Amino acid sequence: MISFIAQSIRMSAAFLFGSTGEIITEKAGHLNLGIPGVMCMGAIGGAIGARLYVSSLADLSQISAFPAFVIPLLFCLIFASLMGILYSFLTVSLRANQNITGLAISTFGAGFATFVNNIIPKDGFKEIGYVYFKLFPSTEKLGGFGELFLSYGAMVYLAIIIAIAAALVLKKTRTGLHLRAVGESPATADATGINITGYRYTATIVGSAIAGMGGLFYFFDMNGGSWPYSDAISALGWLSIAIVIFSIWRPDLCILSSIIFGLLYRLQYFMASATLSQKTLIGMLPYVITIAVLIVTSIVGSKKAQPPASLGLNYFREER
Amino acid sequence: MTKNSSREPLFHITKRGATVWWKPLFIRAIAIVAGLFIGLCFAAAYTKVNPFKLLGYMFSGAFGTQKRIWNLLQDTALLLMVSIAIVPAFKMKFWNIGADGQTLVGCLASAVAIYYLYDKLPTWALLLVMLLFSLTAGMIWGVIPAIFKAKWNTNETLFTLMMNYVAIQLVSFVLLKWFPSGQNDFAKFFSRYGNMPKLGNPYVLILIFAVVLTVTMHFYLSKTKHGFEVSLVGESVNTSKYVGVNVKKVIIRTMILSGAICGFVGFALVAAKDHAITTTMVGGRGFTAIIVAWLAKFNPAYMALASLMVAFLSRGTSQILSQTGITNSALPNIVTALVFFFIIGCEFFITYSIKFRKKNKDATPANEPPAPETSEPAKEPSSPSSEEETPSLAEAPAEERTPAEEALPTEITEGGEEK
Repeated sequence: MISFIAQSIRMSAAFLFGSTGEIITEKAGHLNLGIPGVMCMGAIGGAIGARLYVSSLADLSQISAFPAFVIPLLFCLIFASLMGILYSFLTVSLRANQNITGLAISTFGAGFATFVNNIIPKDGFKEIGYVYFKLFPSTEKLGGFGELFLSYGAMVYLAIIIAIAAALVLKKTRTGLHLRAVGESPATADATGINITGYRYTATIVGSAIAGMGGLFYFFDMNGGSWPYSDAISALGWLSIAIVIFSIWRPDLCILSSIIFGLLYRLQYFMASATLSQKTLIGMLPYVITIAVLIVTSIVGSKKAQPPASLGLNYFREER
Repeated sequence: MTKNSSREPLFHITKRGATVWWKPLFIRAIAIVAGLFIGLCFAAAYTKVNPFKLLGYMFSGAFGTQKRIWNLLQDTALLLMVSIAIVPAFKMKFWNIGADGQTLVGCLASAVAIYYLYDKLPTWALLLVMLLFSLTAGMIWGVIPAIFKAKWNTNETLFTLMMNYVAIQLVSFVLLKWFPSGQNDFAKFFSRYGNMPKLGNPYVLILIFAVVLTVTMHFYLSKTKHGFEVSLVGESVNTSKYVGVNVKKVIIRTMILSGAICGFVGFALVAAKDHAITTTMVGGRGFTAIIVAWLAKFNPAYMALASLMVAFLSRGTSQILSQTGITNSALPNIVTALVFFFIIGCEFFITYSIKFRKKNKDATPANEPPAPETSEPAKEPSSPSSEEETPSLAEAPAEERTPAEEALPTEITEGGEEK
């Protein structure tokens, strides 16, 4: 049971990255439906980084922990940010429809990831997977406590740190205030001299970079360096977008809701006695629960649980 | 001195007035060509073959033989039908991202009919039952999000999306129930049962379906009261309420229609094309259809063209792969997505025009043709980085129509007369 919970918490990092990134983007008023594609790009960016690192070595025994962790992460950030730049160029500068652009990004990201995965050699990915899998050595001695809190890879802790930092920045700092103003009422923010374009670009790119790490995490940590199909990563991305609504646009609540979704997602692996067909029904649960959550939040609909007022709307100064 | 120091930005962005009819088409054509070129360069870098040669492969893959042309037309027809299915929903601004799932349950319903009734009914009756099942299944899948949207304004984008995954899991569940070993040998039923009649060749029927559907939908949306109500709800919910349209009813009714057509596509896929049932048989058409419908501004004729373009891209790139002997199934997706990016981007240049700063400004300081000068000093302190984004207020024609209005120029007036 403890190992099941630990696995779920580990899994939740993928959702947490995705939803934190999406919250930052949405707070600036941009609904990025491209998160699934961004996560695929993050994962495949990591793979490219890993490949470059491994091919620079004489043989696999030379893999050392620090570069094996940092180089894929760096490439993941670059590739995911590129998608963010593309998205914000199309939606902020060219004022394209956000949903359509997001869908195109999703198509492109998944396609590109599959494409690269088909041609990239994966020597040493397993070893890099080990590096990602565990941060603290020999936590088994600490029993249940060790397994629940210390048994994860660095990315899991990173996800939680980023979520908390994002919550603090959004709530406590001037930057966060400006960002929220841009998402709530860009015209007002513009009148007070806030650089709308700058904030929207930055928020989307930073959000994409964070979300991309979710793909990288799922690829190297959760899946141990074997490619988990673009469709699987895309599904995580879509669920992350749903988690944003579940967490009423608050990164701190995201930590909790991501763990809940992690539990749901891992449930079918936990029920070892279930038949294959029953497992498919259990696999339906995260999606059904998401639907239930959407319905409940829309019925309850308190004033605090609302999306940013100008979410999904592009801002054009002349159209005030 | 102060007058000269208030710099005019490098360029203004202004809305275009009414332009000549060919200009938007021309801009789109340029975008498609540019996107295709980038896609081809990408493919060329990968296959190490001259891009123009690859273009030749693409044309041969799409139009090379009679069979290839039929395949192309079939792809076009299927994509077009899904696009037609989602058009009423999108005109209503109901973001139905669940066309994939609605089509898939349509497929599943047909398969269920075959599995349980194949030896009990004659072919024509079986086909009828299949059709009925598929329409109903698609309808149910479409109407569930609509009911919640109508009643509680539940976010339909994510709702319909999640329904896709529920549909996928449902299909794998049913398949595992039928074939516990995991061996999907559903095709055996089709050796004798549940096949649509072939009119001449196996492709014609789907084409006929597509044409009939497209024409009917065009008529429904532009000439009937229902169609008018759909556009009205899409334009403004409050206006609709004011003139006495029952918005909830329109949302639910339209999604029943949209889902049922998706279900019909599922029926066509099972009975007339694939003769099988898998979780991936819809193949993301629901997503591509959204982009197709949006880019064609919901105009059926343009939608047919856009579907043809997507089918051409995907068939053509597949041909590149088979001709160069490289197996990488994802190349068509990449090329298609690249072209999409360009078309999405080019919409900006259709709606707006960019006016660059006049170069001879320093030579004639007294000459002040660009009107925004007057509003400039007021803005200067507030936005230091004004080069990027200060547009001219004066140059935009005040009585400009919004793009949304342009998308449906006739419906409102025609329907209005009807009322």
